[in-house]
Amino acid sequence: MIDKRVKGLAEAVDGIKDGAVVLTGGFGGAGSPEALYGALLEQGAKDLTIVNNNAGTGRTGLAGLMDAGRIRKIICSFPRSAGSVVFEELYKAGKIELELVPQGILSERMRCAGAGLGGFFSPVGVGTRLAEGKEEREIDGRRYVLEKPLRGDVALLKADRGDRWGNLTYNKSARNFNPTMAQAAALSIVQIREFCELGEIDPEHIITPGIFVDRMVVVPV
Amino acid sequence: MPLSRKQIAWRAAQDLEDGIYVNLGIGLPTLVADVLPEGREIVLQSENGVLGVGPAPGANEIDLDLVNAGKQPVTLLTGGSYVHHTDSFLMIRGGHLDLALLGAFEVAENGDLANWTTDDPTFPPGVGGAMDLAVGAKEIRVLLEHNTRSGEPRLRRHCEYPLTAARVVRRIYTDLAVIDVTEDGFVVREMVEDVDFDTLQAKTEAKLHRAPDMKALKAPTV
Repeated sequence: MIDKRVKGLAEAVDGIKDGAVVLTGGFGGAGSPEALYGALLEQGAKDLTIVNNNAGTGRTGLAGLMDAGRIRKIICSFPRSAGSVVFEELYKAGKIELELVPQGILSERMRCAGAGLGGFFSPVGVGTRLAEGKEEREIDGRRYVLEKPLRGDVALLKADRGDRWGNLTYNKSARNFNPTMAQAAALSIVQIREFCELGEIDPEHIITPGIFVDRMVVVPV
Repeated sequence: MPLSRKQIAWRAAQDLEDGIYVNLGIGLPTLVADVLPEGREIVLQSENGVLGVGPAPGANEIDLDLVNAGKQPVTLLTGGSYVHHTDSFLMIRGGHLDLALLGAFEVAENGDLANWTTDDPTFPPGVGGAMDLAVGAKEIRVLLEHNTRSGEPRLRRHCEYPLTAARVVRRIYTDLAVIDVTEDGFVVREMVEDVDFDTLQAKTEAKLHRAPDMKALKAPTV
Protein backbone atom coordinates (compact mmCIF):
# COMPACT_ATOMS: atom_id res chain seq x y z
CA MET A 1 0.00 0.00 0.00
CA ILE A 2 1.24 3.45 -0.87
CA ASP A 3 1.21 6.05 1.87
CA LYS A 4 3.65 8.91 1.44
CA ARG A 5 2.84 10.49 4.78
CA VAL A 6 5.63 10.54 7.33
CA LYS A 7 5.15 10.82 11.10
CA GLY A 8 6.34 14.37 11.54
CA LEU A 9 8.62 17.15 10.37
CA ALA A 10 11.80 15.52 11.69
CA GLU A 11 11.15 12.37 9.66
CA ALA A 12 10.24 14.51 6.66
CA VAL A 13 13.73 16.04 6.45
CA ASP A 14 15.66 13.01 7.71
CA GLY A 15 18.76 12.15 5.70
CA ILE A 16 19.28 15.49 3.93
CA LYS A 17 23.05 15.63 3.57
CA ASP A 18 25.60 18.40 3.96
CA GLY A 19 26.29 20.00 0.59
CA ALA A 20 22.87 19.12 -0.83
CA VAL A 21 21.22 21.17 -3.57
CA VAL A 22 17.80 22.00 -2.12
CA LEU A 23 15.01 23.37 -4.32
CA THR A 24 12.50 25.31 -2.24
CA GLY A 25 9.08 26.39 -3.46
CA GLY A 26 7.48 29.77 -2.95
CA PHE A 27 7.34 33.25 -4.40
CA GLY A 28 8.07 35.42 -1.41
CA GLY A 29 5.85 33.93 1.28
CA ALA A 30 3.20 32.43 -1.03
CA GLY A 31 3.74 28.69 -1.31
CA SER A 32 6.80 28.75 0.92
CA PRO A 33 7.40 25.57 2.99
CA GLU A 34 8.02 27.40 6.28
CA ALA A 35 7.61 24.36 8.53
CA LEU A 36 10.10 22.34 6.47
CA TYR A 37 12.67 25.15 6.68
CA GLY A 38 12.29 25.03 10.45
CA ALA A 39 12.73 21.26 10.42
CA LEU A 40 15.85 21.51 8.24
CA LEU A 41 17.32 24.02 10.67
CA GLU A 42 16.77 21.51 13.51
CA GLN A 43 18.12 18.66 11.38
CA GLY A 44 21.44 20.46 10.98
CA ALA A 45 22.50 19.92 7.35
CA LYS A 46 25.00 22.57 6.27
CA ASP A 47 26.94 23.82 3.25
CA LEU A 48 23.67 23.82 1.33
CA THR A 49 22.91 25.27 -2.08
CA ILE A 50 19.39 26.67 -2.10
CA VAL A 51 17.36 27.26 -5.25
CA ASN A 52 14.47 29.66 -4.63
CA ASN A 53 13.03 32.66 -6.45
CA ASN A 54 14.08 34.96 -3.61
CA ALA A 55 16.50 35.00 -0.70
CA GLY A 56 14.24 35.05 2.35
CA THR A 57 12.90 37.82 4.53
CA GLY A 58 12.93 38.45 8.26
CA ARG A 59 14.92 36.00 10.37
CA THR A 60 12.92 32.80 10.05
CA GLY A 61 12.31 30.26 7.28
CA LEU A 62 14.88 30.54 4.49
CA ALA A 63 16.42 33.57 6.20
CA GLY A 64 16.70 31.55 9.41
CA LEU A 65 18.78 28.86 7.68
CA MET A 66 20.91 31.59 6.15
CA ASP A 67 21.33 33.35 9.48
CA ALA A 68 22.52 30.07 11.03
CA GLY A 69 25.26 29.82 8.40
CA ARG A 70 23.87 26.70 6.75
CA ILE A 71 23.70 28.06 3.21
CA ARG A 72 26.82 28.33 1.09
CA LYS A 73 25.18 29.43 -2.13
CA ILE A 74 21.83 30.68 -3.34
CA ILE A 75 20.56 30.37 -6.91
CA CYS A 76 17.70 32.82 -7.38
CA SER A 77 16.22 35.49 -9.65
CA PHE A 78 15.49 38.28 -7.20
CA PRO A 79 17.32 38.27 -3.85
CA ARG A 80 16.26 41.75 -2.72
CA SER A 81 12.88 42.21 -1.08
CA ALA A 82 11.50 44.35 1.69
CA GLY A 83 13.03 42.65 4.73
CA SER A 84 15.74 40.53 3.02
CA VAL A 85 18.09 41.70 5.76
CA VAL A 86 19.97 38.46 6.43
CA PHE A 87 20.85 37.90 2.79
CA GLU A 88 21.96 41.51 2.38
CA GLU A 89 24.25 41.31 5.43
CA LEU A 90 25.85 38.08 4.21
CA TYR A 91 26.18 39.39 0.65
CA LYS A 92 27.90 42.59 1.75
CA ALA A 93 30.24 40.57 3.95
CA GLY A 94 31.03 38.19 1.07
CA LYS A 95 29.74 35.25 3.10
CA ILE A 96 27.25 33.85 0.61
CA GLU A 97 27.59 33.00 -3.06
CA LEU A 98 24.88 34.33 -5.38
CA GLU A 99 24.03 32.88 -8.80
CA LEU A 100 21.47 35.15 -10.43
CA VAL A 101 19.23 33.43 -13.00
CA PRO A 102 16.35 35.05 -14.92
CA GLN A 103 13.12 33.85 -13.34
CA GLY A 104 11.70 31.93 -16.29
CA ILE A 105 15.07 30.33 -16.98
CA LEU A 106 15.26 29.21 -13.36
CA SER A 107 11.95 27.33 -13.66
CA GLU A 108 12.64 26.06 -17.20
CA ARG A 109 16.06 24.70 -16.17
CA MET A 110 14.33 22.72 -13.42
CA ARG A 111 11.60 21.56 -15.81
CA CYS A 112 14.36 20.39 -18.13
CA ALA A 113 15.94 18.35 -15.33
CA GLY A 114 12.58 16.84 -14.46
CA ALA A 115 11.91 16.04 -18.11
CA GLY A 116 15.22 14.23 -18.61
CA LEU A 117 16.58 16.74 -21.11
CA GLY A 118 20.16 17.91 -21.48
CA GLY A 119 19.41 21.60 -21.87
CA PHE A 120 17.64 24.09 -24.10
CA PHE A 121 18.41 27.13 -26.24
CA SER A 122 16.93 30.36 -24.87
CA PRO A 123 16.80 33.93 -26.20
CA VAL A 124 16.74 35.34 -22.66
CA GLY A 125 19.70 37.47 -21.71
CA VAL A 126 21.48 37.11 -25.07
CA GLY A 127 24.12 39.83 -25.33
CA THR A 128 23.90 40.65 -21.62
CA ARG A 129 26.22 39.88 -18.75
CA LEU A 130 24.00 37.01 -17.56
CA ALA A 131 24.65 35.11 -20.80
CA GLU A 132 28.44 35.54 -20.71
CA GLY A 133 30.31 32.28 -21.12
CA LYS A 134 27.27 30.39 -22.41
CA GLU A 135 27.36 28.54 -25.71
CA GLU A 136 25.54 30.63 -28.32
CA ARG A 137 23.74 29.44 -31.43
CA GLU A 138 21.71 31.11 -34.15
CA ILE A 139 18.51 29.23 -35.00
CA ASP A 140 16.29 30.49 -37.82
CA GLY A 141 17.92 33.91 -37.61
CA ARG A 142 17.55 34.44 -33.86
CA ARG A 143 20.34 34.22 -31.28
CA TYR A 144 20.01 31.80 -28.37
CA VAL A 145 22.20 30.61 -25.50
CA LEU A 146 22.43 27.10 -24.11
CA GLU A 147 20.88 26.70 -20.68
CA LYS A 148 21.59 23.55 -18.71
CA PRO A 149 19.24 21.55 -16.52
CA LEU A 150 19.09 22.38 -12.81
CA ARG A 151 18.54 19.31 -10.68
CA GLY A 152 17.89 19.13 -6.95
CA ASP A 153 18.98 16.50 -4.47
CA VAL A 154 15.95 17.50 -2.45
CA ALA A 155 12.88 19.71 -2.91
CA LEU A 156 11.03 21.31 0.02
CA LEU A 157 7.53 22.20 -1.13
CA LYS A 158 4.17 23.46 0.05
CA ALA A 159 0.82 22.30 -1.30
CA ASP A 160 -2.77 22.73 -0.25
CA ARG A 161 -4.37 19.27 -0.29
CA GLY A 162 -2.79 15.87 -0.70
CA ASP A 163 -3.87 12.20 -0.58
CA ARG A 164 -1.83 9.17 0.47
CA TRP A 165 -0.56 8.62 -3.08
CA GLY A 166 0.96 12.11 -2.95
CA ASN A 167 -1.45 13.69 -5.42
CA LEU A 168 -1.44 17.44 -4.78
CA THR A 169 -3.48 20.57 -5.32
CA TYR A 170 -2.35 24.12 -4.58
CA ASN A 171 -3.97 27.35 -3.44
CA LYS A 172 -4.03 30.26 -5.90
CA SER A 173 -0.62 31.81 -6.64
CA ALA A 174 0.98 29.63 -3.94
CA ARG A 175 1.37 27.08 -6.75
CA ASN A 176 4.30 28.97 -8.38
CA PHE A 177 7.54 26.90 -8.48
CA ASN A 178 6.22 23.95 -6.44
CA PRO A 179 4.99 21.64 -9.25
CA THR A 180 8.17 22.06 -11.33
CA MET A 181 10.45 21.55 -8.33
CA ALA A 182 8.58 18.36 -7.41
CA GLN A 183 9.61 17.01 -10.82
CA ALA A 184 13.22 18.19 -10.64
CA ALA A 185 14.45 16.75 -7.34
CA ALA A 186 15.58 13.23 -6.43
CA LEU A 187 13.64 13.51 -3.16
CA SER A 188 10.49 15.66 -3.01
CA ILE A 189 9.20 16.53 0.45
CA VAL A 190 5.88 18.36 0.72
CA GLN A 191 4.06 20.04 3.56
CA ILE A 192 0.34 19.91 2.87
CA ARG A 193 -2.39 21.90 4.61
CA GLU A 194 -5.00 19.18 4.48
CA PHE A 195 -4.98 15.42 4.03
CA CYS A 196 -7.70 13.88 1.83
CA GLU A 197 -8.83 10.32 1.31
CA LEU A 198 -7.80 8.72 -1.97
CA GLY A 199 -10.39 9.68 -4.57
CA GLU A 200 -11.51 12.81 -2.77
CA ILE A 201 -9.55 15.06 -5.12
CA ASP A 202 -11.14 15.13 -8.56
CA PRO A 203 -8.51 13.62 -10.91
CA GLU A 204 -9.10 16.58 -13.24
CA HIS A 205 -7.97 18.90 -10.43
CA ILE A 206 -4.73 17.15 -9.45
CA ILE A 207 -1.86 19.50 -10.35
CA THR A 208 1.04 17.35 -9.15
CA PRO A 209 0.48 13.59 -9.56
CA GLY A 210 1.92 11.49 -6.74
CA ILE A 211 4.71 10.03 -8.88
CA PHE A 212 6.63 13.29 -8.26
CA VAL A 213 6.20 13.16 -4.47
CA ASP A 214 8.21 11.11 -1.97
CA ARG A 215 7.32 12.35 1.50
CA MET A 216 4.35 14.29 2.78
CA VAL A 217 3.66 15.87 6.16
CA VAL A 218 0.47 17.59 7.24
CA VAL A 219 0.97 21.13 8.57
CA PRO A 220 -2.47 22.71 8.91
CA VAL A 221 -1.64 26.36 8.13
CA MET B 1 3.38 70.22 -13.45
CA PRO B 2 5.18 66.88 -13.74
CA LEU B 3 2.87 63.87 -13.46
CA SER B 4 2.75 61.95 -10.19
CA ARG B 5 3.76 58.28 -10.28
CA LYS B 6 0.12 57.30 -10.30
CA GLN B 7 -0.58 59.70 -13.16
CA ILE B 8 2.24 58.16 -15.20
CA ALA B 9 0.51 54.81 -14.63
CA TRP B 10 -2.84 56.36 -15.61
CA ARG B 11 -1.41 57.66 -18.88
CA ALA B 12 0.10 54.27 -19.75
CA ALA B 13 -3.24 52.61 -18.92
CA GLN B 14 -5.10 54.79 -21.44
CA ASP B 15 -3.24 53.04 -24.28
CA LEU B 16 -4.39 49.54 -23.27
CA GLU B 17 -6.99 48.28 -25.71
CA ASP B 18 -10.00 46.12 -24.99
CA GLY B 19 -8.99 42.44 -24.97
CA ILE B 20 -5.24 43.01 -24.51
CA TYR B 21 -3.05 40.61 -22.47
CA VAL B 22 -0.52 42.62 -20.46
CA ASN B 23 2.18 41.90 -17.91
CA LEU B 24 2.94 44.58 -15.33
CA GLY B 25 6.48 44.77 -13.99
CA ILE B 26 7.20 45.60 -10.36
CA GLY B 27 7.38 49.20 -9.15
CA LEU B 28 5.72 51.92 -11.21
CA PRO B 29 3.95 49.58 -13.68
CA THR B 30 2.18 47.80 -10.83
CA LEU B 31 0.20 51.01 -10.24
CA VAL B 32 -1.44 50.57 -13.66
CA ALA B 33 -3.71 47.86 -12.20
CA ASP B 34 -5.48 50.47 -10.07
CA VAL B 35 -6.16 53.01 -12.84
CA LEU B 36 -7.39 50.88 -15.75
CA PRO B 37 -9.91 52.54 -18.07
CA GLU B 38 -13.47 51.41 -17.43
CA GLY B 39 -15.47 49.48 -19.98
CA ARG B 40 -12.52 47.51 -21.40
CA GLU B 41 -11.62 43.92 -20.59
CA ILE B 42 -7.87 44.08 -19.97
CA VAL B 43 -6.24 40.81 -18.86
CA LEU B 44 -3.28 41.38 -16.55
CA GLN B 45 -0.77 38.57 -16.28
CA SER B 46 1.46 38.31 -13.22
CA GLU B 47 4.70 36.36 -13.63
CA ASN B 48 4.00 34.27 -10.52
CA GLY B 49 1.21 32.44 -12.32
CA VAL B 50 -1.88 34.65 -12.24
CA LEU B 51 -3.79 35.40 -15.45
CA GLY B 52 -6.56 37.92 -14.87
CA VAL B 53 -5.24 39.95 -11.92
CA GLY B 54 -7.98 42.06 -10.33
CA PRO B 55 -7.78 45.17 -8.16
CA ALA B 56 -6.28 45.30 -4.68
CA PRO B 57 -8.40 43.45 -2.11
CA GLY B 58 -10.40 45.08 0.65
CA ALA B 59 -8.99 44.78 4.18
CA ASN B 60 -10.91 41.59 4.96
CA GLU B 61 -10.40 39.98 1.54
CA ILE B 62 -6.58 39.71 1.75
CA ASP B 63 -5.24 36.25 0.90
CA LEU B 64 -1.45 35.98 1.17
CA ASP B 65 -1.55 33.07 -1.30
CA LEU B 66 -2.79 35.50 -3.98
CA VAL B 67 -0.11 38.09 -4.72
CA ASN B 68 1.34 39.97 -7.68
CA ALA B 69 4.94 40.15 -8.90
CA GLY B 70 5.72 42.68 -6.17
CA LYS B 71 4.29 40.25 -3.56
CA GLN B 72 1.39 42.61 -2.82
CA PRO B 73 -2.03 41.02 -2.23
CA VAL B 74 -4.31 41.16 -5.27
CA THR B 75 -7.62 39.61 -6.36
CA LEU B 76 -8.57 37.44 -9.33
CA LEU B 77 -11.07 38.58 -11.96
CA THR B 78 -13.98 36.33 -12.82
CA GLY B 79 -12.57 34.29 -15.69
CA GLY B 80 -9.05 34.42 -14.29
CA SER B 81 -6.84 31.37 -13.79
CA TYR B 82 -3.70 30.12 -12.08
CA VAL B 83 -0.73 28.37 -13.67
CA HIS B 84 2.61 27.20 -12.31
CA HIS B 85 5.79 29.18 -12.91
CA THR B 86 7.01 27.21 -15.89
CA ASP B 87 3.73 27.78 -17.75
CA SER B 88 3.64 31.41 -16.67
CA PHE B 89 7.03 31.98 -18.30
CA LEU B 90 5.99 29.93 -21.30
CA MET B 91 3.30 32.61 -21.76
CA ILE B 92 5.92 35.31 -21.27
CA ARG B 93 8.71 33.96 -23.48
CA GLY B 94 6.50 32.32 -26.08
CA GLY B 95 5.11 35.56 -27.51
CA HIS B 96 1.64 35.08 -25.98
CA LEU B 97 1.52 38.45 -24.22
CA ASP B 98 0.61 41.49 -26.30
CA LEU B 99 2.53 43.86 -24.09
CA ALA B 100 4.75 44.18 -21.05
CA LEU B 101 4.92 47.42 -19.09
CA LEU B 102 8.25 47.56 -17.28
CA GLY B 103 10.13 49.89 -15.00
CA ALA B 104 13.71 50.87 -15.84
CA PHE B 105 16.85 52.57 -14.61
CA GLU B 106 17.68 53.72 -18.15
CA VAL B 107 16.48 53.45 -21.74
CA ALA B 108 18.70 54.25 -24.73
CA GLU B 109 17.59 55.95 -27.93
CA ASN B 110 17.89 52.64 -29.82
CA GLY B 111 15.49 50.95 -27.37
CA ASP B 112 18.13 49.29 -25.16
CA LEU B 113 16.75 48.59 -21.69
CA ALA B 114 18.67 48.57 -18.38
CA ASN B 115 16.69 47.63 -15.30
CA TRP B 116 18.40 44.82 -13.36
CA THR B 117 21.61 46.03 -11.78
CA THR B 118 23.38 49.25 -10.86
CA ASP B 119 26.66 47.39 -10.24
CA ASP B 120 26.73 48.62 -6.65
CA PRO B 121 28.80 45.96 -4.82
CA THR B 122 26.85 46.51 -1.60
CA PHE B 123 23.46 46.29 -3.31
CA PRO B 124 22.68 42.85 -4.74
CA PRO B 125 21.38 42.71 -8.32
CA GLY B 126 17.91 41.34 -9.06
CA VAL B 127 16.75 40.29 -12.50
CA GLY B 128 13.42 38.63 -11.65
CA GLY B 129 11.38 38.13 -14.80
CA ALA B 130 12.68 41.22 -16.60
CA MET B 131 14.95 39.46 -19.11
CA ASP B 132 12.27 36.89 -20.00
CA LEU B 133 9.67 39.63 -20.49
CA ALA B 134 11.99 41.89 -22.46
CA VAL B 135 12.58 39.28 -25.17
CA GLY B 136 9.26 37.46 -24.95
CA ALA B 137 6.35 39.91 -24.94
CA LYS B 138 5.23 41.19 -28.34
CA GLU B 139 5.85 44.78 -27.27
CA ILE B 140 7.73 46.49 -24.45
CA ARG B 141 6.83 49.87 -23.02
CA VAL B 142 8.59 51.48 -20.09
CA LEU B 143 7.32 53.68 -17.26
CA LEU B 144 9.93 55.72 -15.42
CA GLU B 145 10.65 59.10 -13.93
CA HIS B 146 12.38 61.29 -16.49
CA ASN B 147 15.34 61.96 -14.20
CA THR B 148 16.97 60.34 -11.18
CA ARG B 149 16.57 61.88 -7.74
CA SER B 150 19.86 63.70 -8.26
CA GLY B 151 18.66 65.03 -11.63
CA GLU B 152 20.60 62.69 -13.93
CA PRO B 153 18.90 61.78 -17.20
CA ARG B 154 17.50 58.28 -17.59
CA LEU B 155 16.89 58.58 -21.32
CA ARG B 156 20.35 58.03 -22.72
CA ARG B 157 22.34 57.82 -25.94
CA HIS B 158 23.71 54.54 -24.54
CA CYS B 159 22.78 52.85 -21.28
CA GLU B 160 25.48 53.19 -18.63
CA TYR B 161 24.13 50.28 -16.61
CA PRO B 162 24.34 46.67 -17.84
CA LEU B 163 21.62 45.81 -20.33
CA THR B 164 18.52 43.73 -19.69
CA ALA B 165 17.89 43.42 -23.43
CA ALA B 166 18.97 45.25 -26.58
CA ARG B 167 16.61 47.30 -28.79
CA VAL B 168 13.32 46.23 -27.25
CA VAL B 169 11.59 49.36 -25.89
CA ARG B 170 8.96 50.94 -28.18
CA ARG B 171 7.30 53.57 -25.98
CA ILE B 172 8.24 55.44 -22.81
CA TYR B 173 5.93 57.14 -20.30
CA THR B 174 7.61 59.61 -17.94
CA ASP B 175 6.42 62.32 -15.57
CA LEU B 176 7.13 64.85 -18.34
CA ALA B 177 6.42 63.19 -21.67
CA VAL B 178 5.27 60.27 -23.78
CA ILE B 179 8.10 59.30 -26.08
CA ASP B 180 8.26 56.73 -28.87
CA VAL B 181 11.46 54.90 -29.74
CA THR B 182 11.80 54.99 -33.53
CA GLU B 183 14.50 54.30 -36.08
CA ASP B 184 15.36 57.99 -35.83
CA GLY B 185 15.59 57.88 -32.04
CA PHE B 186 13.30 59.42 -29.43
CA VAL B 187 10.15 61.11 -30.78
CA VAL B 188 8.12 63.17 -28.29
CA ARG B 189 4.39 62.45 -28.77
CA GLU B 190 3.14 64.30 -25.72
CA MET B 191 4.69 66.75 -23.29
CA VAL B 192 3.37 68.34 -20.08
CA GLU B 193 2.14 71.88 -20.71
CA ASP B 194 4.33 73.99 -18.47
CA VAL B 195 7.61 72.53 -19.76
CA ASP B 196 9.02 73.77 -23.06
CA PHE B 197 10.82 71.54 -25.53
CA ASP B 198 14.28 72.94 -24.76
CA THR B 199 13.82 72.24 -21.06
CA LEU B 200 12.72 68.70 -21.83
CA GLN B 201 15.77 68.28 -24.06
CA ALA B 202 18.03 69.59 -21.30
CA LYS B 203 16.68 66.90 -18.98
CA THR B 204 17.38 64.20 -21.58
CA GLU B 205 20.80 62.98 -22.68
CA ALA B 206 19.74 61.65 -26.09
CA LYS B 207 18.43 63.90 -28.84
CA LEU B 208 14.67 64.41 -28.85
CA HIS B 209 12.58 64.85 -31.98
CA ARG B 210 9.25 66.62 -31.90
CA ALA B 211 6.36 64.65 -33.39
CA PRO B 212 4.57 66.75 -36.05
CA ASP B 213 1.32 66.31 -34.12
CA MET B 214 2.81 66.62 -30.62
CA LYS B 215 0.08 67.00 -27.99
CA ALA B 216 -0.16 68.22 -24.42
CA LEU B 217 0.29 65.49 -21.79
CA LYS B 218 -2.53 65.82 -19.30
CA ALA B 219 -3.72 63.50 -16.57
CA PRO B 220 -6.55 63.86 -14.10
CA THR B 221 -6.03 63.68 -10.36
CA VAL B 222 -5.92 59.94 -9.63
